[in-house]
Amino acid sequence: MGAFRNSSGGTLDRTQRIRFRFDGKQYSGFQGDTLASALLANGVRVVGRSFKYHRPRGVFGMGVEEPSAMVRLRTGARAEPNVRVTEVELFDGLEAHSQHCWPSVNFDLGAIANVMSPLLPAGFYYKTFMWPATKWMFYEHFIRKAAGFGSSATEPDPDNYSRSYEFCDVLIVGAGPAGLSAALSAASSGAKVMLVDETPDGGGRLRFDDEVINDQPADKWLNETLHELSKMPNFDLRFRTTAFGYYDENMVAALERVSDHLPEPEPGQVRQRVLQIRAKQVVLASGSIERSIPFGYNDKPGVMLASAVRGYALKYAVACGRRAVVFTNNDSAYATVAALHAVGAQVVAVVDSRTQSPGKRALEQLGDVKLIQGSVVMKTKGLRSVQAVEIGQITGEGDSPQKSHTIRCDLVCVSGGWTPTVHLFSHAQGKLNFDDSIGAFVPGADIPALHVAGSANGEFSLAACLRQGSDAGIESAKQAGYEITESVSIPTAPEESVSDMEPLWGVPRMGSRAKRFVDIQNDVTIDDIELAHTEGFVSVEHLKRYTTLGMGTDQGRTSNINGLANLARLREAKVPEVGHTTFRPPYTPVSLGALAGIDFGEHLSPVRRTPLHQWHERNHAHLQNSGAWKRPAYYPQTGENVQDAILRETRHVREKVGITDVSSLGKIDVQGRDAAEFLERIYINRWKSLQIGRCRYGLMLREDGFVFDDGTSTRLSENEFYMTTTTANAGPVLEHMEIYAQTVWPDLHVHLTSISDQWAGMALAGPFSRNVLSSVIGEQAASNENLPYMGVIKARIADVSVLVFRVSFSGELGYEIHMPSRQAELVWETILAAGQEWEIAPYGLEAMTILRIEKGHVVAAELDGRTTAADLGFGRMMKPDGDYVGKRLAERSALTANGRKQLVGIKSIDSSPIPRGAQIIAEPSKGKPAQTVGQVTSACFSPHINREIGLALIKEGRLIYGKTMYAASPLTGREIPVEVVHHIFIDPEGERVRG
Amino acid sequence: MLLIPCPWCGKRAQTEFTYRGDATVERPDLADSDAQWYDYVYTRDNPRGEHTEWWHHTGGCRKWFKVRRNTWTHEVISSEPPVRD
Ligand SMILES: [Zn+2]
Repeated sequence: MGAFRNSSGGTLDRTQRIRFRFDGKQYSGFQGDTLASALLANGVRVVGRSFKYHRPRGVFGMGVEEPSAMVRLRTGARAEPNVRVTEVELFDGLEAHSQHCWPSVNFDLGAIANVMSPLLPAGFYYKTFMWPATKWMFYEHFIRKAAGFGSSATEPDPDNYSRSYEFCDVLIVGAGPAGLSAALSAASSGAKVMLVDETPDGGGRLRFDDEVINDQPADKWLNETLHELSKMPNFDLRFRTTAFGYYDENMVAALERVSDHLPEPEPGQVRQRVLQIRAKQVVLASGSIERSIPFGYNDKPGVMLASAVRGYALKYAVACGRRAVVFTNNDSAYATVAALHAVGAQVVAVVDSRTQSPGKRALEQLGDVKLIQGSVVMKTKGLRSVQAVEIGQITGEGDSPQKSHTIRCDLVCVSGGWTPTVHLFSHAQGKLNFDDSIGAFVPGADIPALHVAGSANGEFSLAACLRQGSDAGIESAKQAGYEITESVSIPTAPEESVSDMEPLWGVPRMGSRAKRFVDIQNDVTIDDIELAHTEGFVSVEHLKRYTTLGMGTDQGRTSNINGLANLARLREAKVPEVGHTTFRPPYTPVSLGALAGIDFGEHLSPVRRTPLHQWHERNHAHLQNSGAWKRPAYYPQTGENVQDAILRETRHVREKVGITDVSSLGKIDVQGRDAAEFLERIYINRWKSLQIGRCRYGLMLREDGFVFDDGTSTRLSENEFYMTTTTANAGPVLEHMEIYAQTVWPDLHVHLTSISDQWAGMALAGPFSRNVLSSVIGEQAASNENLPYMGVIKARIADVSVLVFRVSFSGELGYEIHMPSRQAELVWETILAAGQEWEIAPYGLEAMTILRIEKGHVVAAELDGRTTAADLGFGRMMKPDGDYVGKRLAERSALTANGRKQLVGIKSIDSSPIPRGAQIIAEPSKGKPAQTVGQVTSACFSPHINREIGLALIKEGRLIYGKTMYAASPLTGREIPVEVVHHIFIDPEGERVRG
Repeated sequence: MLLIPCPWCGKRAQTEFTYRGDATVERPDLADSDAQWYDYVYTRDNPRGEHTEWWHHTGGCRKWFKVRRNTWTHEVISSEPPVRD
């Protein structure tokens, strides 16, 4: 085994040896290791290179706080960049690669940036932005190669992700002492309790501090507590689950890493899951994170957080070095001495910046190790990792330390104090107060239904954390409506006597050029902060963006306070006056795959299929997307190309008879004693006068006076109308009518029900359509007398009750037949069978489009939200008396003035196709900018008149029939001469439809 | 994410609803001035603080109702069905 691992101790399963590769080299660890602990056990110190200067970096922390030791994990499609080695659970066959280095982690050409660092000061990137653009192109090439974090996989992600919605009475974030204590109390009330923790096994500080709870070793209490909780049916524990955002009304978003600890997900298992947890009460027991002290070259491998060093020793039996120096400004780091001794490492000295004596317990923990008080580590020495430190003595306030001596060592355990993890409290818009005694921001005024407990609250004594947790658990259960019947026994720990920490935001420079790193993820030094301040970036938000302090994946977990305090020092202000940058979700990076969940590919949006869909598929329809709908575009016959199929179907309707699926039309059932009055106010034309059994074309406006939608509506009885809308506006029209029915005219008695899905429709069109209809509903029923143009009858086809409307979209004699969706295919087949005698054939959306353009019918292309009823030739439909939606603003001068674009037809003068969306210009542009007078809205080849035709909106177009204009497409550069004509190309008198 | 109290269905997630803004504006009469109509169609205040808004339970009972809400704190103060004098 690795030379840095003790043969006993820790929570490892030493029977399970695990092989893994780092940068191609084979190593081994044990079940229970993280990649970080396994690398340290194997003596691997340099794990990556830094972001900007390409300096060697090693493991610094033990968990989520790790700023620097990031790798590219796995290979191929599952490769993932910027993964903290401290959070990777070791699995057999794991492969990881270091980042930001070429050709290798130990010899990195990019490290030239380190030598040239005076040329890469804070704001370097911004300054290059301001240089001439041509130069930026030149620099960008090199910067992009040198900077940035790791690269992601380029292959599609092979794994599945999901989302789950959770509800509970009490959600507890963090399974450390406070969180577990809260869980015990809250769950004892019977409340539904959910506990999430980002680590695989919880425990919080009990994983790095050798403590006593209830007079027994803390790990025993931890195991017993987890066991006890797991037996409770009202308790839900999720490890490997990070609460990453707090949203309104106690909704907490969390990422559950379901199978990230496995080589790959088990069959049927997702990789990660986003939980949307709606909790009545939330307890934040999110703990605290140790921070660093900026001193010279404090970024080198071998400089680590003191708590992390203890954790590697206690949990993994790993010695992070052989000769250690502890550097601290508070009592907590003294426990590191015993932890290192336990794994056989030597502690040379504890360097404490305070002049006051540490507390009683710290002195006990120190034992006979040398204590150097009132002193600091000034800088580290060593090439690729720490080989020695220079110690300096602080002589007086503000003075530079005096170098006293050098200590040979390979490990510096640093502790600059502790920063409560208050991210979620901040997401909840909680105000933070600066607590001088701990040198950090703590949660301020209470937020309803949100409780903070333990070290997240700035409370660092174990006994108090357990008490606060328990209190928060009881209080939250109570507020969620549960009684605590039995008395809750609060876990106890020995009370400690602790001396105050003394802030040390950076070791003063003493003639040394050694970089003092504040943020080791983003390579931000105290000098950078000083430069930013000199250049006027004195607000924390500016400082962050200018120096990149606290940016990246880490968001300054170990460094922010040091950065703010240094800015405060420069501004001669107090930290709270300087303030802090805004905490925003997510707390830790969340993969896009997890956020997308199942909403990608064909699941991105629902597909709508008409009730005749299967028939279309069986009959080889070419299906086309139309909004969310799949609709048949055409039904190609064997050996037929697209164009031939479409033209055949079009001619077939004009010459014989065709049938098409119109089920996607919106259908709304309008009922109530004021239904007619309501339609009168929704449409621009008259409805009260409509007879029962008749339908009418209707046009509706928006309140701003522009056309919104059109369709036919039928009066089925005195107080019942069957309304149709365009396919695209089925939803919006219903919502529009609901607004008026419920909020503007609630006095009208009208009920609106969408029946779009419940009813199917098909259009039967062509000269023989009446023959076909007669054969299924009888000659008398289908006669012109019984069913005149715009008449509606109820009938039966194949014993199915249907509505037959004498309407036509194609311009031919035609009918629409509507029926309950489930019977649609039966009716369709029946009509097809009956129509064989007249060679009936199905036609698709393409033919329907040509037919309607030939007939000059408008669709969404013309109803584009900028056209008025008059523009489209419906001016005379607008009833002069009475109110209707849009009436008042349709009368605005700009909407009634001369010079508006009007709907016209256009014919290509030569045989060129007319480009859709082309602009209309009066003269050929000859390459010069031209004034547009309109645009082409629809275009097609018309088999009826054997020409390329289109519909267009042209300025005063109805006054210039016969004139030549040009349809100009800037995309193709083509300008097609067109003749302006009336927009109805076929049967303008409507004899066919009335015949 | 907000919880919107539908007067008919109770508290439901914001994603079930459609928002329509100021519920205090009243549709003018035909005889009212152009300026009144213009204001009704186009002009809305955007207050920081308490605001009465239209919400539609689109993914539920499909009823419109008024919600009194603080746009700054996101606190929902009350909700009521539409009423006209
Ligand atoms: Zn509702």
